[in-house]
Amino acid sequence: MYVAVKGGEKAIDEAHQFLAEKRRGETRIEALSAEQISQQLGLGVDRVMTEGSLYDRELAALALKQAMGDSVEAIFLLRAYRTTLPRFGTSTPIETDAMRVERRISATYKDVPGGQALGPTFDYTHRLLDFALLAEGESKLTHHDSSTQSVESKLADNAESSVNDEAYQRVSNFLRQEALLKEQFKLSGKAVDITREPLKYPCPRDGRLQTLARADEGFLIALAYSTQRGYGRTHPFAGEIRMGYVEVNLFIEELGFDLCLGEICVTECDMINQFAGNEQEPPQFTSGYGVSFGFCERKTMAMALVDRSLQAEELGEVVDTPAAQAEFVLSHCDNVEASGFVSHLKLPHYVDFQSELALVRKMREEFFDSKEREGQVTSNDTDLENSLTEQTGASRA
Amino acid sequence: MPNQSEYNFAYLDEQSKRTIRRGLLKAVAIPGHQVPFAGREMPMPYGWGTGGVQVTASILGADDCLKVIDQGSDDTTNAVSIRRFFDKTALVETTTDTEAATVIQTRHRIPEQPLTNNQILVFQVPIPEPLRFIEPSESETMKMHALEEYGVMHVKLYEDIAHHGHIATTYAYPVHVNGRYVMDPSPIPKFDNPKMHMSDALLLFGAGREKRLYAIPPYTDVKSLDFDDHPFEIQQWDQSCALCGCEHSFLDEVIVNDEGERMFVCSDSHFCQQRVNAKLNMSEAVEV
Repeated sequence: MYVAVKGGEKAIDEAHQFLAEKRRGETRIEALSAEQISQQLGLGVDRVMTEGSLYDRELAALALKQAMGDSVEAIFLLRAYRTTLPRFGTSTPIETDAMRVERRISATYKDVPGGQALGPTFDYTHRLLDFALLAEGESKLTHHDSSTQSVESKLADNAESSVNDEAYQRVSNFLRQEALLKEQFKLSGKAVDITREPLKYPCPRDGRLQTLARADEGFLIALAYSTQRGYGRTHPFAGEIRMGYVEVNLFIEELGFDLCLGEICVTECDMINQFAGNEQEPPQFTSGYGVSFGFCERKTMAMALVDRSLQAEELGEVVDTPAAQAEFVLSHCDNVEASGFVSHLKLPHYVDFQSELALVRKMREEFFDSKEREGQVTSNDTDLENSLTEQTGASRA
Repeated sequence: MPNQSEYNFAYLDEQSKRTIRRGLLKAVAIPGHQVPFAGREMPMPYGWGTGGVQVTASILGADDCLKVIDQGSDDTTNAVSIRRFFDKTALVETTTDTEAATVIQTRHRIPEQPLTNNQILVFQVPIPEPLRFIEPSESETMKMHALEEYGVMHVKLYEDIAHHGHIATTYAYPVHVNGRYVMDPSPIPKFDNPKMHMSDALLLFGAGREKRLYAIPPYTDVKSLDFDDHPFEIQQWDQSCALCGCEHSFLDEVIVNDEGERMFVCSDSHFCQQRVNAKLNMSEAVEV
């Protein structure tokens, strides 16, 4: 006899075996190494590290390999690993002012001290498929050691030559010098840690920024976009975007000084926004902030826009757009949470569905019952429902 | 799972488990009250039982015996997956026998067989806030709980009656716990609600994505919301189980062929199996 849902255990094993084969692909093709992924699919690795909240290129590459290139699945893998790691300390805040810059641009000033450094950007490339990459060899565009180098790579070289140990002044500081940038959100005491304390509403800015930093890139871009085209009035300018390397330091109690643990690559975006001022305060600029591990520039820009939108309440602005509603944004921006809950609909719901089924049937009985009493029911319908209506009719009377 | 040895007993580190246990103690002390806790990412997706898994991981000891059910059955894929997870990360004994288990993790059901006071039932909870679909804002619902402002819930149930003639909630049916908090019992069918009242077993609820814990300690008053003229009632079937003949269990409907013929079987697979076995033994005994 057929027995409902037996054999789950065996089915799972078979499915996972099938998945492993799918993941490997045809065996005549050489397997990808995590190192190749880390080197050649670096931006994918950066995204996985950022939203996975763990700076580990090798493990992020492994996650991408295991997830067959599915970023959200890879992010999930990395998060699930991260959660098991013990904490041995909290680093001192990274000093992005002292960044060893690879890219640094400002859209608010034509030139700034230190100059504009394009760095390795897709900007200004023509989005033409480079069929040379399909062939065995590499496109010559990617080598910039020869004398026939392209404009892009020359620019990059110039940028590199201007990369030196002297720190780049932060563009927003020029506005601060003129007191044109609203100073706010001084952190009082220790920053919250959203991985150790549940988010509480109203959520302070440190909690908001942490949540946005690991938020889904796509979700943030859509929200940021919505603020630009009518669902928000933040009038943004990209004050500065910088990408490069910063030291991570840990204060060692026993030694009494900071110890450098190593360098990480980060991208940072300062967005400058209009603020009309109010009765207490003169007109000035406000800012939104975005940051990521690696080179996730699009993400940091979107994050900065959303960060600014979420300041609406503190700035006394009307909170009437999705991107300005902290609970809406922060509760739904994490793709590990969101994808989990959406995909859980695949799980069996027989019991709940059974309950709903019984209810719909009962309501239909009552529907036909009342129609019948009103004499509006055709004879066919009556036949169909006749046997069912007696009981409920009696109980309702 | 790779590198088992690199993970702690029951996956989570001891500090995290202790944090969760502290939250659980508070939850037990204030029956039905939602306690925020620092939920951890788990290696299964949110919405697939991470809250329940974290609670189970925190309370599990080496000598515990674990049973995991989903929709009442030990053999549904997600139940298998979670049971295996603890089998591997905690090396605890696992069982499908309701009576033998000390900890039972469940999704959407309470076992048919009454539980005892040395058992803990851990529920997986998707949306812990019973008022969520009436009031989407967390800040607001927190205030409503604090002020015991549950009028809206009764209004919702009343509107059901006005529109449909009866309360149109069949699962995740809200309960009033210990005369104080209105609580979401997780999406169990309302059929199971009465089992929570004065339960011998400790009932723990974990919502991983929403990061909330709550509890019903043993022998607590649990009342399903209703009205004097519309008393709470549970689902009933005209059919009995096609396998064991049970007439008082929750039945799943199974479509057996393309013509849409149906069969009803117990949703609690262990309960059903036991009854089938007992019948077989009886008939054998008669033959002898």
